[in-house]
Amino acid sequence: MTVTLTVNGADHALEVDPSTPLLYVLRDDLELNGAKYGCGLGQCGACTVHIDGKPAFSCLTPVGAVAGRRIRTVEGLGSAEAPGLLQQAFEKEQAAQCGYCIAGMIMRAQALLDRVPDPDEAQIRAHMQTNLCRCGTHMRILRAVRRAVAMRKGVQAAQEVRP
Amino acid sequence: MKRTRWAGRAMGRWAVAGALASLAGVGAFLGIAYRSDLPAVPTPKAADFPPELVSRGAALATIGDCIVCHTADGGVAYAGGRALATPFGTLYSTNITPDPEGGIGGWSKEAFKRAMRDGVSRDGRHLYPALPYDHYRRVHDGDLDAIYAFLMTRPTASAPAKANDLIFPLGFRPLLAGWKLLFLHQEEFTPRPDRDAEWNRGAYLAEGLGHCSGCHSPRNLAGAEETGDSAYSGGVAEGWVAPALNGSSPAAIPWMADSLFTYLRTGIDGRHGAAAGPMGPVVHGLSRAPEADVRAIATYIASLSADRPRAAPKTPSPPDRTAEAAKASPAGATLFAGACAGCHESGAPMMTQGRPGLSTVTALQLDRPDNAIRAILQGIHAPTGPAGPAMPPFAASLTDAQVADLAAYLRSRFSDRPAWTSLETAAATVRKEDSQP
Ligand code: FES
Ligand code: FES
Repeated sequence: MTVTLTVNGADHALEVDPSTPLLYVLRDDLELNGAKYGCGLGQCGACTVHIDGKPAFSCLTPVGAVAGRRIRTVEGLGSAEAPGLLQQAFEKEQAAQCGYCIAGMIMRAQALLDRVPDPDEAQIRAHMQTNLCRCGTHMRILRAVRRAVAMRKGVQAAQEVRP
Repeated sequence: MKRTRWAGRAMGRWAVAGALASLAGVGAFLGIAYRSDLPAVPTPKAADFPPELVSRGAALATIGDCIVCHTADGGVAYAGGRALATPFGTLYSTNITPDPEGGIGGWSKEAFKRAMRDGVSRDGRHLYPALPYDHYRRVHDGDLDAIYAFLMTRPTASAPAKANDLIFPLGFRPLLAGWKLLFLHQEEFTPRPDRDAEWNRGAYLAEGLGHCSGCHSPRNLAGAEETGDSAYSGGVAEGWVAPALNGSSPAAIPWMADSLFTYLRTGIDGRHGAAAGPMGPVVHGLSRAPEADVRAIATYIASLSADRPRAAPKTPSPPDRTAEAAKASPAGATLFAGACAGCHESGAPMMTQGRPGLSTVTALQLDRPDNAIRAILQGIHAPTGPAGPAMPPFAASLTDAQVADLAAYLRSRFSDRPAWTSLETAAATVRKEDSQP
């Protein structure tokens, strides 16, 4: 069956079984290897991507269910050459240990920043709770999210100052 | 002219008489409605209470689940402020820490007991029956003493009460006196001599502090629990169906005391499913309550459906009709394979740990699809901590139409009962509620 996926703004027509998890299609067919397979059970968040702007576990999302919907992966936020805000913040805070959870963490955090301009500590913690880091770098991850919030405020302030 | 005046005067007289009569009525009513304030007392000190009394109170308060309603999300325990949605508007729970201003620090034991039994605040105001005083009337005096001791030894929090938001005219509290006149007649619990001690203990806890029928019985238009044959015939709590616990229990496999105990203690039973929605906090409490009390509650509740026919079910084993269901709902079959099978298909890792198969899960046997839809959209939050049963939410990945396809598939595969209708609308309703702040 042909399924048309819209990933990071680009359309892809794929010949797949519609019950295949979106994660497999992203990694195996589209070679977007940011999202990771952690548990395959919706328990760790390593596979987090956005579907129509909301964070979702791609390991439990049948690809047929998201045909024609907006999918965003960590690759859509920036590249190694031009990293996005959260990517820069994660790098600055050295938030990755092995890095396996980080794409999911960033996508999870991005969903919060998209919705709440200036989240407080409690909001950040409650929102990030879904995602696990087996290396235990949660404190650095939280710092990175806070840094991204501060960076964005800085950028906005600078823009307001400029005529 | 004369006549007119007379007539006018007569009418005036009738009006005056009518007004007097209704004033008398109002007066009589206010007479019933009026409750005096009880004097504020100096806040008792923690040292005033023997530790055994406090710990007994702690166990009883756990069974009563006081903390659930009287704590806001992320708030201080027992400081109140949780919004309680009712068909009559939103109530906010109050601060029951021993703070003299915002809490019950100035309440004497008598004031506390009056609140628990008559639903009257220390200052004489009527309390709304969201506080289940209709159940607490059954509680023994000594147990109320213990709960008082427990609450008075909690850390104080100075949270002031939040204003309720009720439909007109229910903000006028004296009206509650009328409600009480009609519905508040419960008596202190007396054991049934024809039952053993465990059953009686369970009945005492379930009917009193546990207030199980508060959710598991239907309510009338005035919001009072229906009794008699309707008791425990199922109700609604926060949009979830609270299944019937009497002979009309929809459980695929009848509840026995043992399986109920496992369920109440751990949040899951291999033959019935996991505690979800508002049952989660109940299980959270009971997982910490004295084991013998939880066993007693299980014994009592299981006895309520003892008259349910236990003859062999129509099909020898619980239904699992893969092929028929796939034919009835092919889209649902695809979604199940991609989203659910990793945990719920036989042979999946979770299933080898003794988790219940979907054909025994009560949510799929109910007349209404609400619980199944809520579990799919919102997931299940482990009620007893990280090791408890949990399910991820699918609200972000599945549309309402897809949730409907999936629910239709589940129903036809795992239940013998009639297909659900209006599934997409039901999914949309739940989703809308969730998106409200
Ligand atoms: S891999 Fe998807 S949640 Fe763990
Ligand atoms: S950095 Fe290793 S799992 Fe998070």
